[in-house]
Amino acid sequence: MDVEMIFRIAGIGLLISVLSMVLKQAGKEEQAQMLTLAGVVVVLMLILQLVSQLFASVRSVFGL
Amino acid sequence: MAIVQIVGLGLVTAFLAVIIRQTKPELTVPLALAAGALIFLQILGELGTALGFLSQLSNRAGLDPIYLGLVLRTTGIAYLGSFGAQTCRDMGEGALAEKIEFATKVLIMVLALPILGGILGLVEQLLP
Repeated sequence: MDVEMIFRIAGIGLLISVLSMVLKQAGKEEQAQMLTLAGVVVVLMLILQLVSQLFASVRSVFGL
Repeated sequence: MAIVQIVGLGLVTAFLAVIIRQTKPELTVPLALAAGALIFLQILGELGTALGFLSQLSNRAGLDPIYLGLVLRTTGIAYLGSFGAQTCRDMGEGALAEKIEFATKVLIMVLALPILGGILGLVEQLLP
């Protein structure tokens, strides 16, 4: 099973939260916000493949 | 043991989501979405076996294969609709989830209309 995907998303989340904490401590609030946005976009890119795979398999199984 | 893998995946995902929710709550929903997709992809093989047996059974009963296909399509639409609606509800968009469910119901009704028409035609034939 592809558990790597889960760990990858969770790792990105932890990394982003630590980095944004550091940036906030350094007084760069806007860059922390941008970092959060970039993290969300990266995770969405990862998710997109998985969801499209899910949709394709549902369509093939149920004959939609 | 597929069930051990699936339960383990769910538990690990829930644990990671609890950790991430404290600092980045916007990343917990993608995590749950990925876990849901992985679980479905994992169970796909068994589902195919069950559906194959079902179609075998309907063949033996002499049923029109169109009807089984209709039932399967309805199940697929309902599954996808509930998947999307639950994800929206997880993100706090309850109203959007309701609209997805409404669209699902309409699509299923449109799919079932020809059967309803067939039943009505049969009743008309039976009536003197």
